[in-house]
Amino acid sequence: MNKNPSSGMIEVQDLSVRYGDFVAVKGVSFSVAAGETFGLVGESGSGKSTILQALAGLADDWSGSMSVDGLALVAGARRSLAFRKHLQMVFQDPYGSLHPHQTVDQILSSPARIHGFGSIDRRIAEVMEAVGLGPQFRFRLPHQLSGGQRQRVAIARALIVEPKVLLLDEPTSALDASVQAEILNLLVTLRHERGLTYLLVTHDLSVVAYLCDRLAVMEKGSFVETQPIEALETGAFDQDYTRRLFAAAAR
Amino acid sequence: MSLSSPLPPRRGLRAWLTSDTPASRFQARLGRYYATWRALSSNPLTLLGLAILLALVLVAAFAPWLAPFAPNDQDLANRLAPMGGLHPLGTDQLGRDILSRLLYGSRVTLAIIVLVAVISAPIGLAVGTIAGYFGGWVAAVLMRVTDIFMAFPRLILALAFVAVLGPGIDNAVIAIAITAWPPYARIARAETLTFRNADFVRASIVEGAGHWRILMTQIVPLCLGSMIVRVTLDMAGVILIAAGLGFLGLGAQPPTAEWGAMISTGRDYMLDQWWVAAMPGIAILLVSLAFNLLGDGLRDALDPRKRRS
Repeated sequence: MNKNPSSGMIEVQDLSVRYGDFVAVKGVSFSVAAGETFGLVGESGSGKSTILQALAGLADDWSGSMSVDGLALVAGARRSLAFRKHLQMVFQDPYGSLHPHQTVDQILSSPARIHGFGSIDRRIAEVMEAVGLGPQFRFRLPHQLSGGQRQRVAIARALIVEPKVLLLDEPTSALDASVQAEILNLLVTLRHERGLTYLLVTHDLSVVAYLCDRLAVMEKGSFVETQPIEALETGAFDQDYTRRLFAAAAR
Repeated sequence: MSLSSPLPPRRGLRAWLTSDTPASRFQARLGRYYATWRALSSNPLTLLGLAILLALVLVAAFAPWLAPFAPNDQDLANRLAPMGGLHPLGTDQLGRDILSRLLYGSRVTLAIIVLVAVISAPIGLAVGTIAGYFGGWVAAVLMRVTDIFMAFPRLILALAFVAVLGPGIDNAVIAIAITAWPPYARIARAETLTFRNADFVRASIVEGAGHWRILMTQIVPLCLGSMIVRVTLDMAGVILIAAGLGFLGLGAQPPTAEWGAMISTGRDYMLDQWWVAAMPGIAILLVSLAFNLLGDGLRDALDPRKRRS
């Protein structure tokens, strides 16, 4: 793995991802600077989540080149722990992403132990405070928590190893509207406090507008266009597809 | 007593156990055990099964103190004595006290049950979860071996193993254990397949957990519930197979007191001295029934499909 200090936090060049014979992502390239939030927008099945899967090591059959914080990834090879530590992920459905038989304490201590952190007790208390979970939740099981609280646990689990990059796969779409706002605020605060880089997948344009610096629009596995966030207000899009997408969302 | 007086806050052990804000790992764990126990004890039949099995354990532990006679003491002047008097359950063809032999026989039965469970359940769990988790050729090899074992009727296969290994309790246990694990492997594999692509497993991968850690911390705990239920329900069958092997002379060897062997010898006197065969038969029936009752109750309490998520 070569360190290349001049590149962005996330560098993706000509990425294609396959599921069997189906090509879910076709030759996508983008770069995300450190501290930036980059949004991937598109309809269901446009391949936006697949890019996250490939980065997180959950979809192995990919080609092209990807690097995170200068660490290049090799297709099919096992990710190193050092890489895992840099990049963590928050899943869409907090009802499915927490083990049903594990307490919050167990869920949070597992990554800390894997990455060899010391004083795990204190670390868990700190990260729970950081995501706004009181100490009374520490030994509860997921079914004793609300959706928003579960998603806070999921965020805490990602944060406890002190990553630089957080992959967010529709982090609020499974939540109530009022809870969505809380989680979005939390994500903004955490990015500010910890200097995180976010790669966000969503179909909700208001989430993009609130969180992102730039966005890319995807259709059928390819990027249609990439624009700074201001384009959402001015409507300065180059492609018809994008204009139709935003017209549909505005209605 | 005025109705307007505020309710006092709940206190005491129960409140501590059912608290939804446990203050320590210890309290959280005990609370979960307590919840399972509450679910289990709400069914009187389950409690009956549990009581019978508890009695079996106690009887096995204290057999020398409970039994009025030594199990192998012969009294040929007093053979085939009817029930009542000095011998509450009568004597067998060699004048041995049937009650004492039943009490000592519970040790053999309990030993067989425990050994079979300890050997076959982990094998089935390991084969099933590994096959389900890794898939591909690993699953193909493991599950075809499982299929081969399942293709034979259980008692026949056990008979064949005992015939090869030689009769005796140890070999009977090995034979039963070898024939008992394949269904567990199938169940564990089926359950693993439903979890292996769950988000919490993928989250574990992203955390950096290795295969071994994912299997042990994510998959196995979810398969344990139905495994315990299935093993418990199977124990009745295991007792019957052990008794069957004993009956055929391939299990415990004389003069060891074993329930199946006792029925086997009692068969010759079935018409005139029915108690010789009937008493161990009742003992087998009771213990098998107890395991079924407990298994049903455990299924209601532990089965993930019936549990609130």
